[in-house]
Amino acid sequence: MSVNVNLKQEEAQSIGGELPKATLQGSDVFIQSLQNEGVEMIFGYPGGAVLPIYDALYKNPIPHILARHEQGAIHAAEGYSRVSGKTGVVIATSGPGATNLVTGIADAMMDSLPLVVFTGQVASAVIGTDAFQEADIVGITQPITKHNYQVKRVEDLPRIIHEAFHIASTGRPGPVLVDIPKDISNAVFTSAEIKATELNLPGYQPTTSPNFLQIQKVAQALQKAQKPLILAGAGVLHGKASEEFVKFVEKTGVPVTNTLLGLGCIPGDHPQFLGMAGMHGTFTANMAICETDLLINIGARFDDRLTGNLEHFAPNAQVVHIDIDPAEIGKNVETDIPIVADAKEALHSLLKLEINKLSIEPWMAGLMKSKAEYPLVYSNASKKMLPQEVIELVHKHTNGDAIVTTDVGQHQMWAAQFYRFNHPDHWVTSGGLGTMGFGFPAAIGAQIAKPQGTVVSFTGDGGFQMTLQELSLLQESQLPVKVIILNNQCLGMVRQWQETFYDKRYSESLMPSQPDFVKLAEAYDIEGYKVDNYHDADELFKKVFSSNKPALIDCRVEQMENVYPMVAPGKGLHEMIGVKG
Amino acid sequence: MKRVITTTVINQSGVLNRVTGLLMKRQFNIESITVGHTEKAGISKMTFVVHVEDQRKLEQLLKQLQKQIDVLKVNDITDKAIVTRELALIKVLSPPGVRSEINSIIEPFRATVIDMSKNVITVQVTGDPGKIEAFIDLLQPYGIKELTRTGATAFVRETQKAPAQQLSIL
Ligand SMILES: Cc1ncc(C[n+]2csc(CCOP(=O)(O)OP(=O)(O)O)c2C)c(N)n1
Ligand SMILES: [Mg+2]
Repeated sequence: MSVNVNLKQEEAQSIGGELPKATLQGSDVFIQSLQNEGVEMIFGYPGGAVLPIYDALYKNPIPHILARHEQGAIHAAEGYSRVSGKTGVVIATSGPGATNLVTGIADAMMDSLPLVVFTGQVASAVIGTDAFQEADIVGITQPITKHNYQVKRVEDLPRIIHEAFHIASTGRPGPVLVDIPKDISNAVFTSAEIKATELNLPGYQPTTSPNFLQIQKVAQALQKAQKPLILAGAGVLHGKASEEFVKFVEKTGVPVTNTLLGLGCIPGDHPQFLGMAGMHGTFTANMAICETDLLINIGARFDDRLTGNLEHFAPNAQVVHIDIDPAEIGKNVETDIPIVADAKEALHSLLKLEINKLSIEPWMAGLMKSKAEYPLVYSNASKKMLPQEVIELVHKHTNGDAIVTTDVGQHQMWAAQFYRFNHPDHWVTSGGLGTMGFGFPAAIGAQIAKPQGTVVSFTGDGGFQMTLQELSLLQESQLPVKVIILNNQCLGMVRQWQETFYDKRYSESLMPSQPDFVKLAEAYDIEGYKVDNYHDADELFKKVFSSNKPALIDCRVEQMENVYPMVAPGKGLHEMIGVKG
Repeated sequence: MKRVITTTVINQSGVLNRVTGLLMKRQFNIESITVGHTEKAGISKMTFVVHVEDQRKLEQLLKQLQKQIDVLKVNDITDKAIVTRELALIKVLSPPGVRSEINSIIEPFRATVIDMSKNVITVQVTGDPGKIEAFIDLLQPYGIKELTRTGATAFVRETQKAPAQQLSIL
């Protein structure tokens, strides 16, 4: 053990005391507590206030990824969590280390990702004095965490850590922050053993099993419905309920649409799947919402990008809303049959009901006709390569089996539209917060979660430049992530809105000057490529996707391509523009 | 609409901040807030008077409060039989000429004079917020120098007339 401990033992002996058992410090207790929680990976960055913790980690290692920016660390933890279903663990130092995490914490809060975030804090005695690298991170993150703590006594550390993991991963998942003053990490832990088992959370009892009377009402509603529709969100994925979900869908024969974050809970080519709904959803999915007489929402929160103008949302529908968070029910859309439950448990109950396949042939026939008439399409008038083509090519070369992460912007929407997912938990994107800079570090976390999986990071030329420093990790940690920059030399989504709503006044959205991404890749000891036509891309992807090395591909695509169809902001889902058929 | 809401919370550091922060984040308009210990160690009670637009907003408020880890119980007690009390301290100009007149206002309100100088008296009054409002109105013409109110705290009466409707979907 450390010199420190030996000294204490000698001291104890010299004054004739009992030889104490190897003394534990707060930082040792911290590491043991993480081990008790089964933590297999930490994403972090050291600094003064967490030196004791990093020292304990040195002596008693848990695998740790040293990101190159705290934001990179937390987005990687988010990607890891989304793909593995485990809680992501982050460590950063006090002050700037902690504030660099804020975007990621807010992102995880919006998208309900379980994270436990540890920040160092200045010593208890100087908290509140504007000490060096002091920031009130508990105050700062209070509205963007599910819960947060500052540890006041070293004895509380095991319980708080246990509670933090419990809160983060149960009920509606979310980020929990634990702020640990340096003196707490250094303090001698006097208890004989580390008891982590006791939770003391009388105010936290999430409801997970559905009220069966309410479930029966769903059965009755289904029997009566002529035009039923299921909307599935990320709650199905968080609940690890995709299998049950598909069973229910097939048992009833009800058509399905997804939110952006729900994609993957049913295979993209499933005959009952209508595609994503919402602002850039499919025409058929949005029209189905407009026409449905029974909308069953499982694990989606009726976000504004999905609903469009609420006045026109599902005007004819009786609404069933199944959500683990009671506060989401009735928040945006009035609900006729509210069910507070975990998606998996709710689906189990639903599957027990005596329901036969519904006879809704006219409804289904109409939807299938619409699906055939109005598919997602693009037309290539210019000779340039289109971003949609690149995504379809990647789909082809990965057989639709890749884990796909995106950044935020046009490429994100195209990836959602054109990469049809075969599997759940293969889609990682920043939905609620729409965080540029998310996608590439999230891919690193995803690859760590699935070392054998093919991980593709679709990113924009804008967003990639926000967190590209994490390229360091690909070589260092042997992560074969394929970074595909859909390079339209502009902040495409901003440019599109300026084209459509601001009369083509491209204010600060064009980026004609760009780094040489190939050289950049080489600087990080990664293979870099640049392609600007379909044929070369096809050839290149064949090579790149059969290699187990990381690669970065700068895909030069048409600058003026727009994401369609679209529901303009403030409009209802029935007012889609750019529907081609 | 104006609602009186009580919450029982674990007396963790930062819990007041958390609850008021939540109300701010969700754009609720707080008229008053009081907080103090209860009969149980480590448990505090907060009483808010808030303005909400409609039933849906109210339901949101209750659910969002309930969602906080440190919040044990949330009650909208507006429609129940309740006792509400508030305390106000009022410094009012009272030169000798009007002093007895002021006294004649103080008496029926069971207010008490707790400090006195040559031209100013300080009055303490307790009661439901409506009574305090009325008292202040009556003192206004004499010249109020300073005024402070604690905000309302409230209890549900032991005997209720009819069961109030419960807002819950659990
Ligand atoms: C951190 C952050 N800043 C700004 C925005 C606003 N924004 C949304 S999309 C977008 C353009 C993104 O450009 P790029 O990364 O090149 O992707 P593209 O839309 O071109 O595919 C911007 C600036 C954001 N979402 N996040
Ligand atoms: Mg771009």
